[in-house]
Amino acid sequence: MLHIVNKSPLENSSLESCLMVAGSGDVLLIEDAVYAATTGNIFEPKLRAALGKVKVYVLQPDLDARGMGDRLVAGVTSVDYSGFVDLTTTNNTCQSWL
Amino acid sequence: MSDIKKFMFVNRKAPYGTIYALESLEVVLITAAFDQDVSLAFLDDGVFQLKKGQQTKGIEIKNFSPTYRALEGYDVEKLYVMKESMDARGLTEDDLLVPVTVLSSTEMGALMDEQDVVLSF
Amino acid sequence: MATIEVSGKTYETDEEGYLVNLGEWDMDVANYIATTESISMTEQHWEVINFLREYFEEYQIAPAVRVLTKAIGKKLGAEKGTSEYLYALYPYGPGKQACKIAGLPKPTGCV
Repeated sequence: MLHIVNKSPLENSSLESCLMVAGSGDVLLIEDAVYAATTGNIFEPKLRAALGKVKVYVLQPDLDARGMGDRLVAGVTSVDYSGFVDLTTTNNTCQSWL
Repeated sequence: MSDIKKFMFVNRKAPYGTIYALESLEVVLITAAFDQDVSLAFLDDGVFQLKKGQQTKGIEIKNFSPTYRALEGYDVEKLYVMKESMDARGLTEDDLLVPVTVLSSTEMGALMDEQDVVLSF
Repeated sequence: MATIEVSGKTYETDEEGYLVNLGEWDMDVANYIATTESISMTEQHWEVINFLREYFEEYQIAPAVRVLTKAIGKKLGAEKGTSEYLYALYPYGPGKQACKIAGLPKPTGCV
Protein backbone atom coordinates (compact mmCIF):
# COMPACT_ATOMS: atom_id res chain seq x y z
CA MET A 1 0.00 0.00 0.00
CA LEU A 2 0.93 3.67 -0.27
CA HIS A 3 1.50 5.92 2.74
CA ILE A 4 1.50 9.68 2.16
CA VAL A 5 2.96 12.10 4.71
CA ASN A 6 2.88 15.90 4.42
CA LYS A 7 4.15 17.17 7.80
CA SER A 8 7.68 18.01 8.89
CA PRO A 9 9.03 15.22 11.14
CA LEU A 10 10.42 17.81 13.56
CA GLU A 11 7.12 19.42 14.41
CA ASN A 12 4.63 16.58 14.11
CA SER A 13 4.72 12.84 14.80
CA SER A 14 2.90 11.76 11.62
CA LEU A 15 5.98 10.42 9.84
CA GLU A 16 7.23 8.68 12.96
CA SER A 17 3.85 6.93 13.38
CA CYS A 18 3.73 6.09 9.70
CA LEU A 19 7.17 4.46 9.72
CA MET A 20 6.32 2.53 12.87
CA VAL A 21 3.15 1.14 11.32
CA ALA A 22 4.24 0.60 7.72
CA GLY A 23 5.93 -2.78 7.47
CA SER A 24 6.34 -2.74 3.72
CA GLY A 25 5.13 -0.88 0.64
CA ASP A 26 5.65 2.70 -0.46
CA VAL A 27 6.00 5.90 1.57
CA LEU A 28 5.64 9.20 -0.29
CA LEU A 29 6.86 12.41 1.33
CA ILE A 30 5.21 15.62 0.11
CA GLU A 31 4.98 19.28 1.24
CA ASP A 32 6.80 19.85 4.57
CA ALA A 33 7.52 16.11 4.96
CA VAL A 34 10.23 16.39 2.28
CA TYR A 35 12.58 17.85 4.91
CA ALA A 36 12.72 14.34 6.42
CA ALA A 37 14.59 13.12 3.34
CA THR A 38 17.33 15.76 3.48
CA THR A 39 20.84 15.16 4.74
CA GLY A 40 21.83 16.70 8.08
CA ASN A 41 18.28 16.72 9.42
CA ILE A 42 18.19 14.92 12.80
CA PHE A 43 15.45 12.67 11.45
CA GLU A 44 17.89 11.25 8.87
CA PRO A 45 18.90 8.13 10.89
CA LYS A 46 15.26 7.16 11.41
CA LEU A 47 14.55 7.60 7.72
CA ARG A 48 17.61 5.55 6.77
CA ALA A 49 16.46 2.78 9.10
CA ALA A 50 13.07 2.75 7.38
CA LEU A 51 14.66 2.37 3.95
CA GLY A 52 15.27 -1.28 4.83
CA LYS A 53 11.58 -2.16 4.94
CA VAL A 54 9.72 0.43 2.84
CA LYS A 55 10.49 2.22 -0.41
CA VAL A 56 10.62 5.98 0.19
CA TYR A 57 9.66 8.55 -2.47
CA VAL A 58 9.84 12.32 -2.31
CA LEU A 59 7.98 14.86 -4.45
CA GLN A 60 10.73 16.78 -6.23
CA PRO A 61 8.77 20.06 -6.82
CA ASP A 62 8.24 20.32 -3.04
CA LEU A 63 11.94 19.72 -2.43
CA ASP A 64 12.91 22.39 -4.97
CA ALA A 65 10.42 24.92 -3.56
CA ARG A 66 12.18 24.65 -0.21
CA GLY A 67 15.67 25.04 -1.63
CA MET A 68 16.56 21.47 -0.62
CA GLY A 69 16.87 19.86 -4.07
CA ASP A 70 20.61 19.30 -3.66
CA ARG A 71 20.57 17.40 -0.36
CA LEU A 72 18.36 14.36 -0.88
CA VAL A 73 19.27 11.32 1.25
CA ALA A 74 20.69 8.52 -0.93
CA GLY A 75 18.25 5.66 -1.44
CA VAL A 76 15.21 7.92 -1.61
CA THR A 77 13.53 8.10 -5.02
CA SER A 78 12.40 11.47 -6.35
CA VAL A 79 9.13 11.67 -8.32
CA ASP A 80 7.25 14.42 -10.15
CA TYR A 81 3.47 14.90 -10.14
CA SER A 82 2.86 12.15 -12.70
CA GLY A 83 5.03 9.82 -10.60
CA PHE A 84 2.77 10.72 -7.65
CA VAL A 85 -0.27 9.70 -9.70
CA ASP A 86 1.45 6.45 -10.73
CA LEU A 87 2.04 5.57 -7.07
CA THR A 88 -1.63 6.04 -6.27
CA THR A 89 -2.63 3.75 -9.14
CA THR A 90 -0.05 0.98 -8.66
CA ASN A 91 -1.04 0.65 -4.99
CA ASN A 92 -4.45 -0.76 -4.07
CA THR A 93 -4.88 1.34 -0.96
CA CYS A 94 -3.56 4.60 0.35
CA GLN A 95 -3.26 6.06 3.85
CA SER A 96 -2.70 9.81 4.24
CA TRP A 97 -1.04 10.58 7.58
CA LEU A 98 -2.60 14.03 7.99
CA MET B 1 10.56 58.30 22.50
CA SER B 2 8.73 56.34 25.15
CA ASP B 3 5.98 55.12 22.83
CA ILE B 4 8.38 52.90 20.90
CA LYS B 5 7.70 49.31 21.83
CA LYS B 6 9.74 46.20 21.31
CA PHE B 7 7.92 43.87 18.91
CA MET B 8 9.07 40.34 18.26
CA PHE B 9 7.71 38.10 15.51
CA VAL B 10 8.32 34.46 16.37
CA ASN B 11 8.47 32.28 13.26
CA ARG B 12 8.31 28.52 13.83
CA LYS B 13 6.85 27.09 10.60
CA ALA B 14 8.41 26.00 7.35
CA PRO B 15 7.38 27.98 4.25
CA TYR B 16 4.67 26.81 1.76
CA GLY B 17 3.32 23.84 3.79
CA THR B 18 1.22 26.28 5.80
CA ILE B 19 0.41 29.98 5.35
CA TYR B 20 2.08 31.11 8.61
CA ALA B 21 5.43 32.15 7.13
CA LEU B 22 3.91 34.37 4.45
CA GLU B 23 1.34 35.86 6.85
CA SER B 24 4.08 36.74 9.30
CA LEU B 25 6.17 38.41 6.60
CA GLU B 26 3.20 40.51 5.45
CA VAL B 27 2.42 41.66 8.99
CA VAL B 28 6.11 42.55 9.48
CA LEU B 29 6.05 44.72 6.34
CA ILE B 30 2.92 46.52 7.51
CA THR B 31 4.22 46.97 11.07
CA ALA B 32 7.43 48.46 9.68
CA ALA B 33 5.44 51.62 8.85
CA PHE B 34 4.90 52.36 12.54
CA ASP B 35 8.54 52.96 13.54
CA GLN B 36 8.67 50.37 16.29
CA ASP B 37 11.62 48.30 17.48
CA VAL B 38 11.01 45.13 15.46
CA SER B 39 12.84 41.81 15.86
CA LEU B 40 12.28 38.63 13.87
CA ALA B 41 13.05 35.32 15.53
CA PHE B 42 13.39 32.10 13.55
CA LEU B 43 13.30 28.85 15.45
CA ASP B 44 12.29 25.23 14.91
CA ASP B 45 11.13 24.70 11.30
CA GLY B 46 10.94 28.50 10.94
CA VAL B 47 14.65 28.53 10.07
CA PHE B 48 13.71 26.87 6.75
CA GLN B 49 12.05 30.15 5.70
CA LEU B 50 15.50 31.68 5.19
CA LYS B 51 16.99 28.79 3.18
CA LYS B 52 18.76 29.91 0.00
CA GLY B 53 17.80 28.56 -3.40
CA GLN B 54 14.01 28.21 -3.11
CA GLN B 55 12.47 27.44 -6.52
CA THR B 56 8.68 27.31 -6.36
CA LYS B 57 7.79 27.09 -10.04
CA GLY B 58 6.98 23.39 -9.71
CA ILE B 59 4.41 23.87 -6.94
CA GLU B 60 2.90 27.02 -8.48
CA ILE B 61 3.13 29.03 -5.27
CA LYS B 62 4.76 32.47 -5.15
CA ASN B 63 8.37 32.32 -3.98
CA PHE B 64 8.38 34.96 -1.23
CA SER B 65 11.91 34.24 -0.03
CA PRO B 66 13.44 37.23 -1.94
CA THR B 67 11.26 39.52 0.17
CA TYR B 68 13.33 38.76 3.30
CA ARG B 69 16.13 40.63 1.54
CA ALA B 70 13.89 43.72 1.27
CA LEU B 71 13.49 43.94 5.06
CA GLU B 72 16.66 45.98 5.43
CA GLY B 73 15.09 48.72 3.28
CA TYR B 74 12.14 48.69 5.69
CA ASP B 75 14.60 49.23 8.59
CA VAL B 76 13.89 45.75 9.90
CA GLU B 77 17.42 44.65 10.61
CA LYS B 78 17.19 42.47 13.71
CA LEU B 79 16.94 38.90 12.50
CA TYR B 80 17.71 36.17 15.03
CA VAL B 81 18.09 32.48 14.28
CA MET B 82 18.32 29.79 16.93
CA LYS B 83 21.45 27.69 16.70
CA GLU B 84 19.91 24.45 17.97
CA SER B 85 17.22 24.67 15.27
CA MET B 86 19.77 25.12 12.50
CA ASP B 87 21.91 22.26 13.80
CA ALA B 88 18.96 19.88 13.97
CA ARG B 89 18.19 20.63 10.32
CA GLY B 90 21.69 20.46 8.90
CA LEU B 91 21.76 24.19 8.17
CA THR B 92 24.54 26.72 8.72
CA GLU B 93 24.60 30.51 8.35
CA ASP B 94 25.96 30.03 4.81
CA ASP B 95 22.68 28.34 3.84
CA LEU B 96 20.67 31.47 4.70
CA LEU B 97 19.73 34.22 2.25
CA VAL B 98 20.09 37.17 4.64
CA PRO B 99 22.58 38.15 7.34
CA VAL B 100 21.35 37.02 10.75
CA THR B 101 22.46 36.88 14.36
CA VAL B 102 22.72 33.31 15.65
CA LEU B 103 21.52 32.82 19.24
CA SER B 104 21.50 29.86 21.60
CA SER B 105 18.12 28.80 22.97
CA THR B 106 19.00 30.46 26.30
CA GLU B 107 19.81 33.75 24.57
CA MET B 108 16.63 33.47 22.48
CA GLY B 109 14.59 32.99 25.63
CA ALA B 110 16.15 36.03 27.26
CA LEU B 111 15.48 38.15 24.18
CA MET B 112 11.87 36.99 24.11
CA ASP B 113 11.50 38.03 27.77
CA GLU B 114 12.60 41.59 26.95
CA GLN B 115 9.80 42.21 24.47
CA ASP B 116 6.72 44.39 24.97
CA VAL B 117 4.75 42.56 22.29
CA VAL B 118 5.26 39.03 20.95
CA LEU B 119 3.47 37.89 17.80
CA SER B 120 3.44 34.13 17.22
CA PHE B 121 3.45 32.45 13.83
CA MET C 1 -12.86 39.81 -13.80
CA ALA C 2 -12.43 43.18 -15.46
CA THR C 3 -10.33 43.71 -18.56
CA ILE C 4 -8.89 46.62 -20.46
CA GLU C 5 -8.22 46.72 -24.15
CA VAL C 6 -5.38 48.64 -25.77
CA SER C 7 -4.66 48.45 -29.51
CA GLY C 8 -6.42 45.13 -29.90
CA LYS C 9 -4.75 43.47 -26.91
CA THR C 10 -6.73 42.46 -23.83
CA TYR C 11 -5.33 42.77 -20.29
CA GLU C 12 -6.95 41.25 -17.22
CA THR C 13 -7.28 43.60 -14.22
CA ASP C 14 -8.72 43.43 -10.72
CA GLU C 15 -11.72 45.55 -9.71
CA GLU C 16 -9.43 48.52 -8.96
CA GLY C 17 -7.69 48.41 -12.31
CA TYR C 18 -4.41 46.75 -11.30
CA LEU C 19 -3.06 44.24 -13.82
CA VAL C 20 -3.56 40.65 -12.74
CA ASN C 21 -0.63 39.21 -14.71
CA LEU C 22 2.62 41.10 -14.35
CA GLY C 23 3.98 39.36 -17.40
CA GLU C 24 1.36 40.99 -19.65
CA TRP C 25 2.64 44.50 -18.90
CA ASP C 26 3.98 46.62 -21.76
CA MET C 27 4.44 50.34 -22.53
CA ASP C 28 1.07 50.47 -24.32
CA VAL C 29 -0.92 49.38 -21.32
CA ALA C 30 1.24 51.57 -19.04
CA ASN C 31 0.43 54.62 -21.14
CA TYR C 32 -3.23 53.67 -21.18
CA ILE C 33 -3.44 53.27 -17.39
CA ALA C 34 -1.59 56.60 -17.02
CA THR C 35 -4.30 58.28 -19.12
CA THR C 36 -7.03 56.90 -16.89
CA GLU C 37 -5.12 58.38 -13.92
CA SER C 38 -4.82 61.74 -15.76
CA ILE C 39 -1.06 61.51 -15.93
CA SER C 40 0.94 62.27 -19.04
CA MET C 41 4.10 60.26 -18.90
CA THR C 42 7.46 62.05 -19.03
CA GLU C 43 11.00 60.75 -18.71
CA GLN C 44 10.82 61.42 -14.96
CA HIS C 45 7.62 59.38 -14.69
CA TRP C 46 9.20 56.45 -16.54
CA GLU C 47 12.25 56.59 -14.29
CA VAL C 48 10.01 55.80 -11.30
CA ILE C 49 8.10 53.11 -13.21
CA ASN C 50 11.31 51.38 -14.26
CA PHE C 51 12.64 51.60 -10.73
CA LEU C 52 9.49 50.00 -9.35
CA ARG C 53 9.64 47.16 -11.85
CA GLU C 54 13.28 46.46 -10.98
CA TYR C 55 12.47 46.56 -7.27
CA PHE C 56 9.65 44.08 -7.75
CA GLU C 57 11.82 41.81 -9.85
CA GLU C 58 14.38 41.68 -7.05
CA TYR C 59 12.17 41.50 -3.94
CA GLN C 60 8.78 40.25 -5.19
CA ILE C 61 6.86 43.07 -3.49
CA ALA C 62 5.82 46.61 -4.30
CA PRO C 63 7.64 48.85 -1.81
CA ALA C 64 5.84 51.02 0.74
CA VAL C 65 6.01 54.73 -0.18
CA ARG C 66 8.52 55.47 2.58
CA VAL C 67 10.78 52.69 1.36
CA LEU C 68 10.35 53.74 -2.27
CA THR C 69 11.25 57.35 -1.47
CA LYS C 70 14.42 56.35 0.34
CA ALA C 71 15.45 53.86 -2.34
CA ILE C 72 14.82 56.34 -5.17
CA GLY C 73 17.01 58.88 -3.40
CA LYS C 74 19.79 56.34 -3.20
CA LYS C 75 19.50 55.23 -6.82
CA LEU C 76 18.48 58.38 -8.72
CA GLY C 77 19.85 61.16 -6.54
CA ALA C 78 18.85 62.79 -3.26
CA GLU C 79 16.79 65.52 -4.98
CA LYS C 80 14.45 62.82 -6.31
CA GLY C 81 14.21 60.93 -3.06
CA THR C 82 11.58 63.21 -1.53
CA SER C 83 7.81 62.87 -1.20
CA GLU C 84 7.43 66.32 -2.81
CA TYR C 85 9.15 65.11 -5.97
CA LEU C 86 7.24 61.83 -6.15
CA TYR C 87 3.85 63.36 -5.33
CA ALA C 88 4.43 66.04 -7.99
CA LEU C 89 4.75 63.22 -10.52
CA TYR C 90 1.97 61.06 -9.05
CA PRO C 91 -0.43 63.36 -7.15
CA TYR C 92 -2.68 60.58 -5.85
CA GLY C 93 0.21 58.70 -4.33
CA PRO C 94 3.31 57.21 -5.92
CA GLY C 95 2.49 53.85 -4.34
CA LYS C 96 -1.01 53.67 -5.70
CA GLN C 97 -0.65 55.34 -9.09
CA ALA C 98 2.89 54.42 -10.09
CA CYS C 99 2.45 50.78 -9.05
CA LYS C 100 -0.70 50.58 -11.12
CA ILE C 101 1.03 52.02 -14.18
CA ALA C 102 4.03 49.74 -13.59
CA GLY C 103 1.75 46.72 -13.62
CA LEU C 104 2.53 45.80 -10.00
CA PRO C 105 0.11 44.84 -7.26
CA LYS C 106 -0.90 47.47 -4.74
CA PRO C 107 1.85 47.90 -2.11
CA THR C 108 1.35 45.76 0.99
CA GLY C 109 -0.26 47.84 3.70
CA CYS C 110 -1.50 50.47 1.28
CA VAL C 111 -5.26 51.11 1.69
